[in-house]
Amino acid sequence: MPEPAAVQGKRIAIEARGIVKQFGQGPSALRALDNVSVSIRENEFFTLLGPSGCGKTTLLRMIAGFEYPTEGAILLHGEDIAGLPPFKRPINTVFQSYALFPHLSVWENVAFGLQMLGRPSAEIGPRVAEMLKLVHMEELAQRRTDQISGGQAQRVALARALAPAPKVLLLDEPLSALDYKLRKEMQIELKRMQSETGITFVFVTHDQEEALTMSDRIAVMSKGKVLQIGSPWDIYDKPAERFVADFIGETNFLTAEMVGIGGGTARVRLRSGIEIPATIAEGYTPGREATIVVRPEHARAVKTGGQLAGKVENVVYFGTDTHIYIVLDEGGPFMVRQQNSRSQSCGFEVGDRVGIDIAADAAQVLRD
Amino acid sequence: MASAADVARQEEGRKIRSRWLLSAPALVIVFIAAIGPLLVMLAYSFMTKGDYGDVKPAFSLDGWFSVLFQRDMFDDTLSLADAHLSIVWRSVRLSVITTFATLVLGFPTAYFIATRPRNTREVWVFLVTIPFWTNLLIRTFAMQQVIRNEGILNSLLIWLGIIREPLQIMYTDWAILFGMVYVYLPLMVLPLYASLEKLDFRLIEAGYDLYAGRLAVLRRIILPLVKPGIVAGSILVFIPSLGAYVIPRVLGGGKNLMLGNLIELQFGSGRNWPLGAALSITLMVLVMVAMLFYVRNAARSGGGHG
Amino acid sequence: MARARFDVRSQPGFGTIALFTFVVLYLPIITLVAYAFNASESLTAWGGFSLHWFGEAARNTAVQDAAWRSLVIALSAASVATVAATMAAIATTRTAPYRGLGFKYAFINLPLMVPEIVTAVALLIVFARVKVWTGYSGLGYLILAHTAFCIPFAYLPIRARLEGMDEALERAAADLYAPPWQVFRRVTLPLLRPGIIAGFMLAFVISLDDVVISEFVKSGGQDTLPTYMLGQMRREITPEVNAIAAAFLALSVVLVTIFFFINRKKT
Repeated sequence: MPEPAAVQGKRIAIEARGIVKQFGQGPSALRALDNVSVSIRENEFFTLLGPSGCGKTTLLRMIAGFEYPTEGAILLHGEDIAGLPPFKRPINTVFQSYALFPHLSVWENVAFGLQMLGRPSAEIGPRVAEMLKLVHMEELAQRRTDQISGGQAQRVALARALAPAPKVLLLDEPLSALDYKLRKEMQIELKRMQSETGITFVFVTHDQEEALTMSDRIAVMSKGKVLQIGSPWDIYDKPAERFVADFIGETNFLTAEMVGIGGGTARVRLRSGIEIPATIAEGYTPGREATIVVRPEHARAVKTGGQLAGKVENVVYFGTDTHIYIVLDEGGPFMVRQQNSRSQSCGFEVGDRVGIDIAADAAQVLRD
Repeated sequence: MASAADVARQEEGRKIRSRWLLSAPALVIVFIAAIGPLLVMLAYSFMTKGDYGDVKPAFSLDGWFSVLFQRDMFDDTLSLADAHLSIVWRSVRLSVITTFATLVLGFPTAYFIATRPRNTREVWVFLVTIPFWTNLLIRTFAMQQVIRNEGILNSLLIWLGIIREPLQIMYTDWAILFGMVYVYLPLMVLPLYASLEKLDFRLIEAGYDLYAGRLAVLRRIILPLVKPGIVAGSILVFIPSLGAYVIPRVLGGGKNLMLGNLIELQFGSGRNWPLGAALSITLMVLVMVAMLFYVRNAARSGGGHG
Repeated sequence: MARARFDVRSQPGFGTIALFTFVVLYLPIITLVAYAFNASESLTAWGGFSLHWFGEAARNTAVQDAAWRSLVIALSAASVATVAATMAAIATTRTAPYRGLGFKYAFINLPLMVPEIVTAVALLIVFARVKVWTGYSGLGYLILAHTAFCIPFAYLPIRARLEGMDEALERAAADLYAPPWQVFRRVTLPLLRPGIIAGFMLAFVISLDDVVISEFVKSGGQDTLPTYMLGQMRREITPEVNAIAAAFLALSVVLVTIFFFINRKKT
């Protein structure tokens, strides 16, 4: 799979190499991170995505220097920074609850890092002004941080972390406290700031939609392991494992028989007896049986024909599209998402016989 | 790779060292001027009494022995130390009555405050807090002026025609009791208020909805829910009552001693330091037992409510 | 029937008892203060309003000395106790439980659980001996003893404040290049200030109020204001004691009020 051109051939900014983090000793020990290796390129918007407790925040805290790995190394531009305390790492963090200093003004918050670095005040003033302009907070510079809204606090936290011009910016679920509309706005803002500043962003979230819209590349984590790293498109359309496919978006799982492999694609025979082509996940070990996934929007419900057949169990109208829940003749559910048109309904009712037409390039064979 | 693990270990070691260094001054001061002396006193209780106070460094159980018994001066026979026992009994009895009386007054008061509108509640609490932080001696002295023979209580009763001669309250157990109830009342009201304030009044509505009368609601819903507050308040009143020294000294005169005064006596005119030390430890043990009762109770009710 | 509306919250008689409680709480204090303004020589009869006894108390050198001594002891003890308690609180909060944590906690709070009279006589027997050994019999003993029992009182609000403080703030400071000392000076300390002030004031009031321990630890001629008053109460009482008590009371009320408002601003 070719990388998007924007990140191809870039130098590595952060590398986590064989990271193990163990809490406790002996049989009761908990492995928060289990041999995790990630390379994050310069100027990249990189996202660590996973459910809570998957180890993504622990990894982020390790890069920031708040947590030490039990084994493994963290490299910044090829240099091991394991021994550096957080205040000596040219890496800044936007914290989940922003952690703005309540006893300081907006301006003082943004200036804090520069002051600690011992920059002359002739330099600090313009830099703080520049940062506040970047986040559209110039007018509230003298406000106390408990007198600003959540969205404004978010901007200040961002300006504060960007002011010292870090090599890498870490963002720990920074949008989770905002309401839906504000979150959408901030996603675009963040993306803009990343491209304007050219700083490497490492973003942690459990929201798959957020990850897909913002990231250059995503690492999907579960139970202390990295399952798949790739572009949003990779992750969504070519999931390597069941967990990845399930966690990101809605999907259909089908059991199929492997008929033949060659040139990165395979032919599989569905339970209905019909053969279809499928792409293969990296690291797939050939076997007789295979699990394949088909996204609901890559299949159509048809009155006659199709590769699969079944009975309509439920039809749910969503405005932009309609979800048709089907029970397959060979057993198991299948869901089809169909774009709505203005003039007519989807044409199916509960209890109808239905055929499923899977698009030619829609099926992907999972590695597990 | 050992380097990351090494860093983690060094960091852990540094944290432990700094934690002990930081707590050292407090620990040392508390040891020198509280815990150390208590240990010395424990040792003294097992020594022989000196002729003019102090102790001789020889092991003896006489101090502990005389907590309960006395040896006749002439024929060396043993008998129970009635004087000591009656003082211990007075201490316990007065403390229990004080606790009960403060509860009877304190619970309705705390309930009253907790049911005020939110903005006036703070004012009521403040009114309880002021006496709480007023010097104990001053409050004792104030009580003395109320219950003296010429004090306002007697004046009022005479004026009302209830009595003709002033009641002798000062220098009786009643005086000590009035003093302790007055002084320790805020200690009952404040924890009771703290738990009543958290009471969800929708539960009371639910009680009435399910046909409970006022008394049933109080007994079956409110009291069980604020039990932790009741226990906390009772302990907070009982413990200082048991160890009271200033109140019986000022209001009880020289005759109506409590444990605290008995202890002082041994280090003063009694010149029996081992006995004084043994009595002190006895008092401490009584207090610790009460504390233990409280801690166990708190743990139980804490667990019960999840 | 509109008048007999059912109030879920009310319980019969509780209001009356509450009112009685407040009368009980304030009547003695008001009596005491009222007699401080009595012109008469005795405490029995009202001789008209006068500030005579306040003047009398203020001119009394024994009272002046005792007041000054109380102030010196309370300021020194509260200061030392607050510093020690702040350090201890930092070492005992916001950490995963570690070996020795429970021990430290029990140790620091022990003075709260021991009856004052017991601590007092224990200090008496130890300090009596130390005084003989060293020949020193100054205010140091009183200050040391007061510091020890002030530490748990100073510790409580500081600890509470620390526990309510978001650790992410200190992490944010470290992330923004502040070395540990700067993190403490620029973030922890400013945020802790209300707790430290509350702790200091608590310790100060507790020290100022102490009678029992002072009475047993003091050497001859080292009366504090409370022990001076205790001594006076054994003699023929004049309204002078009322005047001292009233002034003392006023100070307490002022301190409590300040304390109350500091605490309220926080929440």
